[in-house]
Amino acid sequence: MNKKFVLGIYDDEDVLLTAIENVRAAGTKIYEVFSPYPIHGIDDVLGIKRSRLPIVAFFCGLFGTCFALWMQIWMLGFDWPMIIGGKPHIALPSFIPVTFELTVLCAAFGMVITFFIVTNLKPSMKVNVFDKRSTDDKFVMAIEVKEGVTDMTALNNLLRSNGAVEVNEKEVVK
Amino acid sequence: MTEERLIISRKTNNKFFLMIAVGVVLLIAGIILMATGGGGEHHAEGGEQAAVEHAATWLDRLWVNLWLNNVYFTGIALIGVFFVAVNYVTYSGWYTLIKRVPEALGYFLPVGGVIMLLVFLFGSHTIFHWTHEYLYEIDDPRYDPIIAGKRPYLNTVFFLIRMVAYFALWIGLATWLRKNSVKEDLEGGTDYYHKNIRISAVFLVVFGVTSSTAAWDWVLSIDTHWFSTMFGWYVFSSWWVSGLAAVTLAVIFLKQNGYLKMVNANHLHDLGKFCFAFSIFWTYIWFSQFMLYWYANIPEEAIYFIERTNARGYDFNWIFFGNLFINFFFPFLVLMTRDAKRQMIMLKIVTIAILIGHWFDFYLMIMPGTLRGEASVGLMEIGTALVFLGVFLLMFTKGLTKAALVPVNHPFLEESVHHHV
Repeated sequence: MNKKFVLGIYDDEDVLLTAIENVRAAGTKIYEVFSPYPIHGIDDVLGIKRSRLPIVAFFCGLFGTCFALWMQIWMLGFDWPMIIGGKPHIALPSFIPVTFELTVLCAAFGMVITFFIVTNLKPSMKVNVFDKRSTDDKFVMAIEVKEGVTDMTALNNLLRSNGAVEVNEKEVVK
Repeated sequence: MTEERLIISRKTNNKFFLMIAVGVVLLIAGIILMATGGGGEHHAEGGEQAAVEHAATWLDRLWVNLWLNNVYFTGIALIGVFFVAVNYVTYSGWYTLIKRVPEALGYFLPVGGVIMLLVFLFGSHTIFHWTHEYLYEIDDPRYDPIIAGKRPYLNTVFFLIRMVAYFALWIGLATWLRKNSVKEDLEGGTDYYHKNIRISAVFLVVFGVTSSTAAWDWVLSIDTHWFSTMFGWYVFSSWWVSGLAAVTLAVIFLKQNGYLKMVNANHLHDLGKFCFAFSIFWTYIWFSQFMLYWYANIPEEAIYFIERTNARGYDFNWIFFGNLFINFFFPFLVLMTRDAKRQMIMLKIVTIAILIGHWFDFYLMIMPGTLRGEASVGLMEIGTALVFLGVFLLMFTKGLTKAALVPVNHPFLEESVHHHV
């Protein structure tokens, strides 16, 4: 199925930010904005909700802590008790370094893997580049055109009146 | 950019004086209680053995308390200068709006220096075992070969020279930085900024060495036989995180009283991250020091931690484990989320906890080696701490009022105003 997008091309970061505000205020839904570099404050302007990745990190870390403690306590305390350095079988302070490492490892891997899954980032992923200049010196605002709409003048005017240097249309195979 | 000035009303100043007065009253009450026999308080039965060999008088307790609070508050003042120096050298922009707060912390340094000197001159025998002459005389039955071996470093004259040198260097460089910073307000330009970067670099080198040696001198040498290669770091991390907490708390108080209007959640967020991160750093140092001694379990090393829990009639268990809880678990769990670091109320609770927690951290470093089993938190401890807090706040607010609250001509001011995380 083909989808039609209207692309507003901007060449200034600040113009883009005000344009996003105005376009959203006009009730138009922005599909995505492409930029050659991260822009401060664009998340707020676009109304993007905060990532929930930290929550995943917390629980992965918690799992790592529990797993590490359980592993060491079970191994050294029950499965194969050994006296090391005259310490009790379950010598908590000596478990802390491993617990710390596993906490960090699980939190980090958990976050990365979750990120890959959520964003569907995989080797076979196909990326639509709307305008190649968005990797160089232009900012591109993509707006999805609703099914059945053929008259683009309103959108065109909206984007141009907000500082777009160019407005293009593009059909993308989904 | 309009100049913002802090005005400390007579009422606020009176509050600080009241704090000092209450502290003095508590202190005197504590002294009277102790002098008339109520001294050992509830630790009397456990501390019997220790009490026989070393009965602490109210005067001993006063010296130790003065020393404890002075080390703690001087450290916070020093961290103020260190904070500014670090941010100069790293070309930081975000902190410009709050720069005057850590700068003003340094105003306590001269007071700290004078008190440190006086307490050492009059109370050194109480605080430092190694100051006793008999330890070094071979014929004396109390001769101590280990301490005698440390004499080239640990002798009163060299100790005093070092102490004076530390304070001279710290105060000198801090004053120089501050002077340039204030001149920048009046004259503008980037000359003073570049000059201060160079001074800061010198300060950092000086601080790197002296913070460590000061920690050995003032805190580690109390337990003369014991040693730890981590100790300089340990004291530094404790000072650093309490200093950061003090800066954060001061910024929040100023903001809630209508000053520092341009400081927003982004700046608080960064300060919160500092408090969060360095609470973990402190724990890392604490644990690294503890675990090696615990694992090796060599008597002359492990004794330090045995004395700090509850063996030999000492009762520091609650403080020992409470220390970990209030300085690690509490800030770690509470400041973990982004929202908590951006809310004043959360930061306030955590920074106050950190400040109290690290006071106890120093208590735990100093008390077991000096007052031994007789140490306890009573009227004298609270009184002395209040007196110091009052004096510290007087000096600190005096420093804040002496210049504009926001450095108007700092080259990174604009960046700080638009700081966004």
